[in-house]
Amino acid sequence: MNMRDSEIDSRSPIDVNKKSMSLTAAVWARFRRKRLGVLSLIVVVSLFVIGILAPVLSPYDYRETDLTSALLSPGSDGHLLGTDRLGRDLLTRTIYSIRTTVIITAVTMLTGGLLLGPVLGLLAGFFGRWTDVLISRIGEIFSSLPALLMMILINATLDERLRGQIRRFEDWSGIDGLISTGAYSYFLVFGTLSLFFWVGSMRIVRAQVLSIRELDYITAAEALGATPVRILSRHIFPNVAFLIILGVSSALAGIAGSELVLTWVGVGVQPPMPSFGSLLFEGSGARTVRAYPHLLLVPGTIVTLLLFCFVLLGDAINDAYRGD
Amino acid sequence: MLQYTIRRISILPLLLLVITFSTFYLTRWGPGDPISVIAGQVRDPEVLAQIREAEGLNDPIYVQYVRWLGDASRGDFGESYIRRGFTTWEVISPRLWVTGQLGIAALLVIFPIGIFAGGLGARFRGSWLDPTITLSLLFAAALPGILVVAVLQWLFAVQLSLLPVGGWGGWIEIYWIAGIVAVPILDPHIYIPLTAYTLGGFVGVARLVRATVLEVNRTDYVRTARAKGLSEGTVQRRHVLRNSLLPLVTVVAFSLAGIIEGSIIAETLLGIPGIGSFLFQAIGSRDYNAIQALTVIYSATFIIMNLVADLAYSLVDPRIQVGETS
Repeated sequence: MNMRDSEIDSRSPIDVNKKSMSLTAAVWARFRRKRLGVLSLIVVVSLFVIGILAPVLSPYDYRETDLTSALLSPGSDGHLLGTDRLGRDLLTRTIYSIRTTVIITAVTMLTGGLLLGPVLGLLAGFFGRWTDVLISRIGEIFSSLPALLMMILINATLDERLRGQIRRFEDWSGIDGLISTGAYSYFLVFGTLSLFFWVGSMRIVRAQVLSIRELDYITAAEALGATPVRILSRHIFPNVAFLIILGVSSALAGIAGSELVLTWVGVGVQPPMPSFGSLLFEGSGARTVRAYPHLLLVPGTIVTLLLFCFVLLGDAINDAYRGD
Repeated sequence: MLQYTIRRISILPLLLLVITFSTFYLTRWGPGDPISVIAGQVRDPEVLAQIREAEGLNDPIYVQYVRWLGDASRGDFGESYIRRGFTTWEVISPRLWVTGQLGIAALLVIFPIGIFAGGLGARFRGSWLDPTITLSLLFAAALPGILVVAVLQWLFAVQLSLLPVGGWGGWIEIYWIAGIVAVPILDPHIYIPLTAYTLGGFVGVARLVRATVLEVNRTDYVRTARAKGLSEGTVQRRHVLRNSLLPLVTVVAFSLAGIIEGSIIAETLLGIPGIGSFLFQAIGSRDYNAIQALTVIYSATFIIMNLVADLAYSLVDPRIQVGETS
């Protein structure tokens, strides 16, 4: 392949040539020996499982309010982690917040990290010329904008319009609950996050495609009359697939962190759908912290753990790829 | 290099046009129109139509945009909806300096501490200290700013009563000893927001410094410096550190992004009268003139600082060919 890979092979204690190990297998072998990386992977996977199983694991409904048992402290009867201002079970709210983070990161990874970025990177790298110039310039514009600020602005202005569209969709299709649960706001958050998180994976993929395109086997395929679609999908894509994981894993913490701030500002995930952003918002007032510290510390600890593991995971994958 | 500089500088106005137009379009296209905000309780359709005509909202969007652009270039961002009777600029300008002070203070903290941590990591490479430094800085960056501010506020202001709960008193306070000697000290209001502004920035600086220090240590001229008998301290100070600091210009952008985020969160939670907390209010009350003005100010600062950093990098180190396309 290219220079970079041979560099990894020569530095790596794993003899790639012996068993003709694929790059993915070599990186995985290196990754497995990183204790922190594996540990963070385990934490991330278990939190993802908790998030997916939220409706099964939660003791209560996340919307269920009970003013007679508001602001209970952790360990109270029936509420392991206490309740919030409206008497909603904090454990349930936290589990559903994990679900929100899981949905947001997973979908943003799919749309921005797996679809938009790599596809544009493939196109820019393969076709070159004006396609490349156009895509690269657009990427340059997006990366020179203060992302968080633009996301806040877009969400603040589009929220009501989207709400109207979704309401019309609900009337038309008979599907109910998108507005009343706040779930519709996911679409807005996916959209803006994807808009700003594709540039990284586009660049990584583009650079790799540029070097692969010059290799002999591509020329051979072209000489045999393979169409661009076939060359891209059969010959180039398998060789850049791993880079997509690299791009995605390094963006995880950024995606989750941005959603947190967006929701905290009030333009992200809308109530009553729980999110760490809204939990921290409810728990972070000076008076609230003094009287009911659990409202801040319970979700705060979980979300910090999640973000830290995202960072460590991205880091470990990156290190394993570079061969350290 | 010259070509690259020209390209980068020429793209600057274009970028600003793209940003201002898209924000302008978004805010005008968004829910309700500014009229309902200006009109307040008045719901008479005839009056609304009059205001609409007077404010020029019946013109095509590009005409409105060109008008806005002309006004904005003279510093006129329209009337503030939050504080009626004041122009947006009158509301923003005093706040700008508050956030500016915090931002400058944050950069002044991030770089020395980050450089020190990175140098320390490189010096103790292979021992337990190196990974510990990296890990703790990564952890600091993973901490949500909201949590940091709330916990610090609770711990230092409420429980220990060492710092004020919030508010702002400028960054430096002059402390008079016996009424003669003036000692400038940091204002106690600054510690909590400064921590929130800076926590995310250390790791980028420290990692870059660590990597370059290790790289420079392997170069021939450092070996020469050692071979001619210079003390290790002199070698590190004169030859290694100086050359390791160059690439730091590139992480300015990274730190700035953190500062923008910090300004919104910390200023709002602590009641600091800067543009971050104002942005929060402006979004809450849908003050489009203010949102637009703040977007322009934030983005222009961000873009220009990035450009300056990139250009400065290739200027101080002629070996760098930034314009090269890979």
